[in-house]
Amino acid sequence: MNNTIIVENLSKKYRIGQFYHENSFRELMVNIVKKPFRKSEKNTLFVLKNISFKIKKGEVLGIIGRNGAGKSTLLKLISKITYPTTGKIKINGSISSLLEVGTGFHQELTGRENIYLNGSVLGMTKKEITKKMNQIIQFADVKKFIDTPIKRYSSGMRLRLGFSVAAHLNSDILIVDEVLAVGDAEFQNKCLKTMDELSTCGRTILFVSHNMAAIENLCSRVIWIENCKIKMDGNPSEIIKEYLSTVSDSLNKDSDLRCVENRSGTGDIRYTQIEILDPEKQPKDIIRTGDSLIVRLYYHVRHHVRNPHFGLEIHTKQGFLVASINTWTSGFNITYLSSGDGFIEFNVDSFNLIPNRYYISLWSGTSTKKFDRLNYCSLLNIETSDVYLSGREVDSRFGIVAIPCRWSLSDFNKSCQ
Amino acid sequence: MRVEWFEELWHYRELFYFFVWRDIKIRYKQTLFGVAWAVIQPFFTMIVFTLFFGRLAKMPSDGIPYPVFSYSALLPWIYFSGSLSLSGNSLISNSNLITKVYFPRIAVPASSVLCGLVDFCIASIVLVGMMIYFKIKLSWEILLWPILIVPLILLAFGVGMFLAALNVKYRDIKYAVPFFVQLWLFMTPVIYPSSIIPEKYRFLTALNPVSGVIEAFRASLIPTIKVDWQMLMISFAIILVIFFLGLFYFKKVEKFFADIV
Repeated sequence: MNNTIIVENLSKKYRIGQFYHENSFRELMVNIVKKPFRKSEKNTLFVLKNISFKIKKGEVLGIIGRNGAGKSTLLKLISKITYPTTGKIKINGSISSLLEVGTGFHQELTGRENIYLNGSVLGMTKKEITKKMNQIIQFADVKKFIDTPIKRYSSGMRLRLGFSVAAHLNSDILIVDEVLAVGDAEFQNKCLKTMDELSTCGRTILFVSHNMAAIENLCSRVIWIENCKIKMDGNPSEIIKEYLSTVSDSLNKDSDLRCVENRSGTGDIRYTQIEILDPEKQPKDIIRTGDSLIVRLYYHVRHHVRNPHFGLEIHTKQGFLVASINTWTSGFNITYLSSGDGFIEFNVDSFNLIPNRYYISLWSGTSTKKFDRLNYCSLLNIETSDVYLSGREVDSRFGIVAIPCRWSLSDFNKSCQ
Repeated sequence: MRVEWFEELWHYRELFYFFVWRDIKIRYKQTLFGVAWAVIQPFFTMIVFTLFFGRLAKMPSDGIPYPVFSYSALLPWIYFSGSLSLSGNSLISNSNLITKVYFPRIAVPASSVLCGLVDFCIASIVLVGMMIYFKIKLSWEILLWPILIVPLILLAFGVGMFLAALNVKYRDIKYAVPFFVQLWLFMTPVIYPSSIIPEKYRFLTALNPVSGVIEAFRASLIPTIKVDWQMLMISFAIILVIFFLGLFYFKKVEKFFADIV
């Protein structure tokens, strides 16, 4: 009984591509009657393959992995929304799945009515909801609008209302998928705080997120899913470290940006390569705090553009924006770019980031259009250096930026003498 | 049929209640006439039918005033056809719920079928007024009126489950249902009495379970017509078969709803 969730040899196959293989209407009709919902074996894809694990009562399990690794499918299987192709899941206790904030909200109903509906969908009884109604309204901070249809709500209010219901759930097991991906920083903090409170009162929580800081902070155990399988299972900080290093390796390997799939924008301009050079324009392998360097961004213009701007952003591992360097704020205007290849570069006299791993994102666009946007497309490793010429190492304990400075002392007592 | 199904349904009874409650609440939201639509729809259809079929086409009506004749059949018919189209689309319109949370999927078409009952009850009140206006005496058979809705619910639910499940995969259903409902109306003695069908073919109408029930609805109201129990029983048997077929089909395919909806 100590195990709340037991997953045994779980596999899930999805069919991909076309649904219909029938050649004629007649054949289709015959097939509907004979074997509706049959599965063709041709185009199937495993999302999860032979996964087994057990979760103890009170455990807070983080599930990490790349996009498309099967994390959300796993959550859906455990919440019984979809069924496994093979394998078994045993669950002791009541489950609430929060795959979305405000599941089942109806536009035409008022806030209060939606609390009932949403609460009931998530597994609360009517009595419980009535009892907690005031708390929920207060927590969501929507008292004034509680009897207004939620179609008049702002998206933030809707989010708060949905989350507030979720925060008052009483189920033994909570399944949470990327709730933190939505909303502003304040909302995210509120979510994290609530999750933390919920986890301390003995709930079993399954939590999928790309926010490693949140995972490390909340979870007592982490499962890393890759290629349909569990790659690692155990101590959060170790696994996260390992996971991040493979993510970085794949980023670091080449500075070629042409094959990056995860990008948006019209494509009139595409970044093709990023290069970091030393002042002599030689490739720079190691970057240390305080170095002078040149960042060169190669691009391809597909279709001539007017007034394009280029920019680069640096984020910490936790997703904090450290700096945004771009032609717009610098006042560097380019009136016209004809189609073809080229590069743009900027010089930094003293690159003052404190040793750590940072992510680089690139964008290009005009005030109205977005040509290209690459999030976290490249990794920036900053190594330690004797930036203050003191022989003492400056590392991440000392913040993000090393600000160049000179110290001096004026001891009034001494100067009086 | 397994015990767990019922245990599960019992466990989720409150959610089911909220689904019905929601469907009723949103039914006439942001309409000018609101719940009056429950009456407007059958009442004006009755007027048009009376003018064209009763007066102009001189349709026989078993010796009852044509307005009462058509209205008494229109109420169950409108309930039935409305429930079919609502429940047929119910899984699609609730796809956001189906892909995000677990509950017995059957609650969705079931709530669509039940929420039409409110309209049926409201429109029945108008029927009482008409009975008084046309000075029709009542017999004990009037007690059948509320009972007869049960087989009609079962039928609407059975067909509704089947349509809803098919609709998840084949969106053709969405286009086929209105058309199919219209044809069904002409195969059912709503506009005409089944007595105009030649005697030797009349048994065929028993194959359409709605006609047995609707004739019984009408007969329960009017003392001059006797309820055809034999026909009603045949219809009821067919309804049970359809209901269980719909239920089993739904249960068989519900596992895949979230994957393909």
